[in-house]
Amino acid sequence: MVQLTLPNNSKPKQGKTWNTPTKGGNWREFHIYRWSPDDQENPHIDTYHVDMDDCGPMVLDGIIWIKNNIDPTLTFRRSCREGICGSCSMNIDGTNTLACTKGLDEIKGPVKIYPLPHMAVVKDLVPDLSHFYAQHRSIEPWLKTTTPKPQKEWKQSVKDRAELDGLYECILCACCSTSCPSYWWNSDRYLGPAALLQAYRWVADSRDEATGERLDDLEDPFRLYRCHTIMNCAKACPKGLSPAKAIAELKKKMVERKY
Amino acid sequence: MGENKLRAARPLSPHLQIYSPMLTMMMSIVHRLTGVGLYFGILIFAWWLMAAASGPEYFNFVNDLLGSTLGLIVLVLCTWAFFHHMCGGIRHFIWDFGKGFGLDTVELMAKIGVVTPIILTALVWFFICQAG
Repeated sequence: MVQLTLPNNSKPKQGKTWNTPTKGGNWREFHIYRWSPDDQENPHIDTYHVDMDDCGPMVLDGIIWIKNNIDPTLTFRRSCREGICGSCSMNIDGTNTLACTKGLDEIKGPVKIYPLPHMAVVKDLVPDLSHFYAQHRSIEPWLKTTTPKPQKEWKQSVKDRAELDGLYECILCACCSTSCPSYWWNSDRYLGPAALLQAYRWVADSRDEATGERLDDLEDPFRLYRCHTIMNCAKACPKGLSPAKAIAELKKKMVERKY
Repeated sequence: MGENKLRAARPLSPHLQIYSPMLTMMMSIVHRLTGVGLYFGILIFAWWLMAAASGPEYFNFVNDLLGSTLGLIVLVLCTWAFFHHMCGGIRHFIWDFGKGFGLDTVELMAKIGVVTPIILTALVWFFICQAG
């Protein structure tokens, strides 16, 4: 359902300013979305000041600095700090990306950080991704075969393997799906860019023998065809992949198999 | 169950309110709006044709209405909506072949999609004005 405004309990209010720089130096302002399940308050936007002379270059460095030096209750996911685990995905400066690979120098003015858009918030910058993962599960992201198992591994030519470039790199950070207006309005039925890119990853795999079955499952006005090529997904992907293109390839396959 | 009552319902994180507006996203919205607009545009066109079929008196009434300043604004908007939707349709047609998905190409096609309809609308109305 298209609902352009936020429900009443979700409208962010002006929060507090945690620290104001007392000494001179190189300070950077951060505006961060906060919400705690433990009080009955609306989300609020808190202001922090980060000493850039004491902090690393990435947005993740900034929020870790805040957690270490100002406010240990600030909650976010992070792990690898090098753009391979997909944990620290959030909305930074108006677009979805990974905090660990987004440089603070790429942002003008205060650093504005929100959780991934149009998701249920667990706490602060942590969204509930259960549904997103369930959708990934629903496309059955594993090799499906009917021919007898080979003695050793399922082999693939170099050329066939190259078909998976631009697909296998997906780290399921959810930046693309949560950037997509179609996913915002219809995530209950539309699979979203990430799950569809994964679906195409298995359709494109020369070793997989369930292509027809996979396409049958996607042939649905919502699951696949809610994609209107808005392109937010491809623009958001921190790995430089194009879910939009993968979805277009799926739509092509749908037509091609009829002839 | 008891614990759930103590905890506040999870809020929905901000979306449209905070996402930075991008040309491609705007073009998608405008494509949808022009599509809806053209439904009404075609109704006006059908009304005009029906007026022509029903006799000179009623035709003159409708024709004068459409020839008024407000009528002309609506007609110019309809022309623009037609060309905008057509250019958007061509972009989607290219994408349907799996082509034009590079981020630079996408941006370029969006810009062409903004400028072309304006030029075409201007041309059409220039010729209409020339013809009197």
